[in-house]
Amino acid sequence: MRTAPTVSKRHLWLAMALTIAAAPAKAETIEVTIEKLVFSPATVEAKVGDTIEWVNKDVFAHTATVKGGWEVTIPPKKAASLTLKTAGSIDYFCRFHPNMKGRLTVTSP
Amino acid sequence: MFIRSTTALAALFLLSAATLAQASDKPSDPQIAHIAYTAGVLDVEAAMQALKKSKNKEILDFAKDMVRDHEAVNKQALDLVKKLNVTPEDNATSKALTKAADEERAKLAKLGGAAFDKAYVDNEVAYHKQVNGALETLLIPSAENAELKSLLETGLKLFQGHEQHAEHVAGMLK
Ligand SMILES: [Cu+2]
Repeated sequence: MRTAPTVSKRHLWLAMALTIAAAPAKAETIEVTIEKLVFSPATVEAKVGDTIEWVNKDVFAHTATVKGGWEVTIPPKKAASLTLKTAGSIDYFCRFHPNMKGRLTVTSP
Repeated sequence: MFIRSTTALAALFLLSAATLAQASDKPSDPQIAHIAYTAGVLDVEAAMQALKKSKNKEILDFAKDMVRDHEAVNKQALDLVKKLNVTPEDNATSKALTKAADEERAKLAKLGGAAFDKAYVDNEVAYHKQVNGALETLLIPSAENAELKSLLETGLKLFQGHEQHAEHVAGMLK
């Protein structure tokens, strides 16, 4: 059969895909877009170990700042990321434009 | 404080008077573009004065943020008017804003140290509040072109952010 090799190759791919899916939950990278001074999505659910990547589409620099905690600066037209180390509900804002607000709800994996 | 507020109020009165005027008196897109651009330039000039005179880190950082943001948004405004083939047109509101800002700068020039810092940041709060009012009640509703309106809406969020930032810096000086 001429098609046999193709079919078996496809099965192999499927098997590999299933293996990956069945593996324990892997750390993910979750993207938050910043456009026209808005974080979107404004609220993100994530697990400890996940990485948040802020992609800044504005011509302005922004920050993701937690009062008394961490701060990430996102330059204009650039991205910056942070790996979440602890569980909890975290409110953050932009230090340059405090009317910009976001929230991360971080659960233990 | 009294004199400063009077200047701001005078400019605010002119803007409000324009709001109350008949629909035929509402600013045209070329005038709106001029007012918005002027508002940004004036805040950059105020920041330049602060960068020369202040020694306070909070004030210097804030002033640098103002220069960076207002220059960025004004560059967008210039790109847009070029694309739309609109020539910004000087008008009474732009003139009133410029006059008030010139007077304010002259007053601040006589101050130094903590007195300057406080006067500068207090005026930044008042100035951004005033421009926000004009954007919300007059400039955004009057804008005909959708792209200009959209840029003004982004400008409003930017100015509102600066107002809150200035309030925060003012609180730290106390
Ligand atoms: Cu910001």
